[in-house]
Amino acid sequence: MLRFIMQRVLLMPVLLVVFSVIVFALVQAPPGDFLTSYAATLASSGSSIGETELQALRQTYGLDKPIYVQYLYWMGNLLRGDLGLSLEYQRPNAELIGERLVLTLALAAFSFIFTWIIAIPAGILSARHQHGPIDYFFTFFNYIGVAIPNFMLALILMWLGFSVLGISVTGLFSPEFEQAPWNLARVADLMKHMWLPAIVIGISGTARLTRVMRANLLDELNKLYVVTARAKGMSEWKLVLKYPVRLAINPLISTIGWYLPQLFSGSLIVATVMNLPNIGPLLLRSLISQDMYLAGSLLLIYAFLTIIGTLLSDILLALADPRIRMRG
Amino acid sequence: MGNKTDKEGAMVTLEGGGEPLLSVRNLKVHFPMDEGRVRAVDGVSFDVQPGQVVGIVGESGCGKSVTMKAILRIVEPPGRIVEGQIMYHSRASGEAGTSKVRGTIDLVGLAPNGKEMRDIRGAEIALIPQEPMAAFSPVHTVGNQVIEAIRLHRDLSKSAARQLAVDTFRDVGISMPEQRIDSYSWQMSGGLRQRAMIAMALAANPRLLIADEPTTAIDVTTQAQILRLLRKLRFEYNSAIIFITHDLGVIAQMADYVVVMYLGKVMAQGPVDDLFHNPLHPYTQALLRSIPSVQSAPRVKLPTISGSIPHAFNRPKGCPFHPRCTSFMPGVCDRDEPELKAVDGRQLVSCFLFRDTPEVANGQA
Amino acid sequence: MEESLDTAPLLKEAIPEDRVSVASNAQLVWWRFTKHKPALVAMVVLFMFFVVLLFPAFFSIQEPELTDAKLAFIPSQSLHLFDGAKLRPWVPTVVGKRNPTTLRMEWKIDASKKIAVRFLSQGYPYKIFGLIPTRLHILGAVRADEQNRIYLLGTDRLGRDQWSRLMFATQTSMTIGMVSVALSIFLGVLLGGISGYFGGFVDLVIQRLIELLQSLPTIPIWLALSAALPRDWPPTRVFFAITIILALIGWTTLAREVRGRFLSLREEDFVLSAELVGCSRMRIILRHMVPTFSSHIIATSTLAIPVMIISETSLSFLGLGLRPPAISWGVLLQEAQNIQTLALAPWLLIPGLVVVIAVLAFNIVGDGLRDAADPYGK
Repeated sequence: MLRFIMQRVLLMPVLLVVFSVIVFALVQAPPGDFLTSYAATLASSGSSIGETELQALRQTYGLDKPIYVQYLYWMGNLLRGDLGLSLEYQRPNAELIGERLVLTLALAAFSFIFTWIIAIPAGILSARHQHGPIDYFFTFFNYIGVAIPNFMLALILMWLGFSVLGISVTGLFSPEFEQAPWNLARVADLMKHMWLPAIVIGISGTARLTRVMRANLLDELNKLYVVTARAKGMSEWKLVLKYPVRLAINPLISTIGWYLPQLFSGSLIVATVMNLPNIGPLLLRSLISQDMYLAGSLLLIYAFLTIIGTLLSDILLALADPRIRMRG
Repeated sequence: MGNKTDKEGAMVTLEGGGEPLLSVRNLKVHFPMDEGRVRAVDGVSFDVQPGQVVGIVGESGCGKSVTMKAILRIVEPPGRIVEGQIMYHSRASGEAGTSKVRGTIDLVGLAPNGKEMRDIRGAEIALIPQEPMAAFSPVHTVGNQVIEAIRLHRDLSKSAARQLAVDTFRDVGISMPEQRIDSYSWQMSGGLRQRAMIAMALAANPRLLIADEPTTAIDVTTQAQILRLLRKLRFEYNSAIIFITHDLGVIAQMADYVVVMYLGKVMAQGPVDDLFHNPLHPYTQALLRSIPSVQSAPRVKLPTISGSIPHAFNRPKGCPFHPRCTSFMPGVCDRDEPELKAVDGRQLVSCFLFRDTPEVANGQA
Repeated sequence: MEESLDTAPLLKEAIPEDRVSVASNAQLVWWRFTKHKPALVAMVVLFMFFVVLLFPAFFSIQEPELTDAKLAFIPSQSLHLFDGAKLRPWVPTVVGKRNPTTLRMEWKIDASKKIAVRFLSQGYPYKIFGLIPTRLHILGAVRADEQNRIYLLGTDRLGRDQWSRLMFATQTSMTIGMVSVALSIFLGVLLGGISGYFGGFVDLVIQRLIELLQSLPTIPIWLALSAALPRDWPPTRVFFAITIILALIGWTTLAREVRGRFLSLREEDFVLSAELVGCSRMRIILRHMVPTFSSHIIATSTLAIPVMIISETSLSFLGLGLRPPAISWGVLLQEAQNIQTLALAPWLLIPGLVVVIAVLAFNIVGDGLRDAADPYGK
């Protein structure tokens, strides 16, 4: 197992290089470049920019060079830890991304915790009371949870907050903290705002995880080791929690591998709707304005988070399951 | 119904001996399903004397495993004990040192997951399950699970319980018990696993062991070792054993007393020698005929029991065995269910062949 | 206990045993499926969606692009079947009054004035399947001059009838969902089959490719691909491009599943016995292997459709998927992006409700199929 994880870690740079090519190809794919879309924006707002000026800008940003040169330039900077310059904001990308990345991770972590805290007990209760009212309640909730696109949920909550309570539930900070430096009060303010988007992002995952947990536990409850434990004279709840629940959770750990990345990128749409200051809206904006270095760096960050998520789940699985840890 | 219980109550004296450790009386376990009611165990009665090995034989689906689960009160829903008694006599085995249980208890009257039943389960009556591979949790060490079994019933510190577990491991013939105790079940061989399982069952020093086909899942040579071990331990630990199997050879080696089951009913029971040498019930006879023997002529087709076990949902009317029985008496066997009767003083047989006047009109069907 | 609880004759009561034993796999699946009541209900719902998909214009009441800014944000008028005790369908009138301070039109439902409507009425002309010209619509006002006054689900910012737009959106979104799943299946079964069939080097390459694609962050890549579509493409081309984009990312899961099934089936006894009987390789694959996993494929793809639908809706909602003048559920929901507008006209969320119902129906049917796909299983 250790070897497997080492292989994975060693493979990461290779994978990232492959991804960087894909990502660069993607951000380069739209016809024209940032300056054409910039000129179009200017034109739509009434002003205009001369062709010579555009050419000059193109030269400054290196947009006139062949694509592979642009790619190497970008990669070279990345290797030196420089995420490049945003063409649109005229600021270093690292500066733009910095805090937003932290908030993206925090939000995903929050959703993740919410998901597991709700889904595991719900799945256990559902399985223990199979075909009972509790089970039907959770099953119903699960279907609804999966069926509501999370941006819809965000919309509904925002609408209810606005029209019933008269409050705005968007953003992650109160206005007075938005630009404030980090301190305890700001963290507290963040927590106050974060739980709602975290739930919105986590709800469909919670529904899915509850279903998987229920199904796994139902399988495990039929296993012979449960009979053995029962025949030892253990109390029912104690034995269920010690044996089948433990075994039913193990396969869930491997779902972290796709669930964490899904949280990172799932927050993208919700963040756009709820106006959350994470990297989601920034990516959307940069894609539309063809701010290619910013978009490329953001996509690469998403890809990196995805790889890290998978790696994390592999490590956790090895820690939790001796069969995996000790073989191979 | 009262009339019936009386008849079977009278049976106890027939079997003689002192007070039994366990008496099962007219036990019925039913599974209400969407498709109908499955009578998995349908009026089973037998006794287990202290220190005795009782073999329960029958083809798969005859209800032997459900009987065992009923005794431990771990029948899974929707299964339910609908009738009968399971009397556990704690005095019967003499020394009542560690036991928390006193006097005679009807296990059917206890709550399946209540404290009283849990004190009996594992401590007084322990289970050796069928497949040792699946019977241990793969993510907990074997020791963890054995020590847990000990500490559930004995007030021991962790290290004392561990020591006891190591000793028991040595008792059941596991070499290097100190190392083995920290391994996982999947790191052990089949024979070792079964030994560890037996150690777990013995750890709390139970009066009654229920061995559910303990040798089915392991290879023949190991099987013999395990059987030898069980015979040895039976005397060392002075435990009675209910030995469930479909293997008549194993029964002949192990059991003192045999109960033959078919479709949830007891067809015949008696001391092993009587039952094997003078089988009275046609089903017992048929079972014994189908064993290959060293003496039998080579290249002759082994006799089998004709037909197959009826499905649980369409149990035949009358004697459950009549569609496959060579001595089937039309108009008798397919109308009423025979009751368990003492024949020649040593065996109990449920068959109309051993009835002077079949009670045709008692309206039981 | 396991011994006595053989569940094989589950169907015994409904269907005689001799029919069960000769039934085809599809029949067994279907019989089991029909025992699952919620799945049957969901199936009926899906059927209704399909009918709308085939004849959206028939179910619409007005032209979906008919714009009249004066008629913006009219609330929904409920359809009543009975007028007193008589079966005479009607909808209430809406009366608009301009608020002197906000200068906005404010609409009031006035149930005292009824607009008589009738089913199967004549409305705007259209062509069924683009071929047969007709004016038949499911519902219309009895008096032709009131034709424009029936807004079952209200109107949007441009005064377009949301009901009629919803019918066309249903066609678009359902089609995208199903076509992209069909493409995914094609890719998945093809590559998964090749991978499982040939094994060795081909398998290795395809597996690595799938792993690579699966470790890409789905939604950001979707966005990037959609953003790469030129803005000036016509709606139909965007439609196909979005379908392909959705399929490109969806096929990997299916391919893995097909390959896994293929590999495990190769080890099955019935495949071995078919080989021993002397069946040709092609016959084994087509007659013995494919039928055993086709029901799983159908179930899996039924469960994949709602994922595609949600993806399309999300993309379009963000403005990166279909864009007006195309009409899809996501495009309709774009109208609900602004919270102030939503507070004023909450009925703009109704397309979202339709999305939820469709996704629910697909999921329930898919689960029912998946459970039924294993007739001998538990």
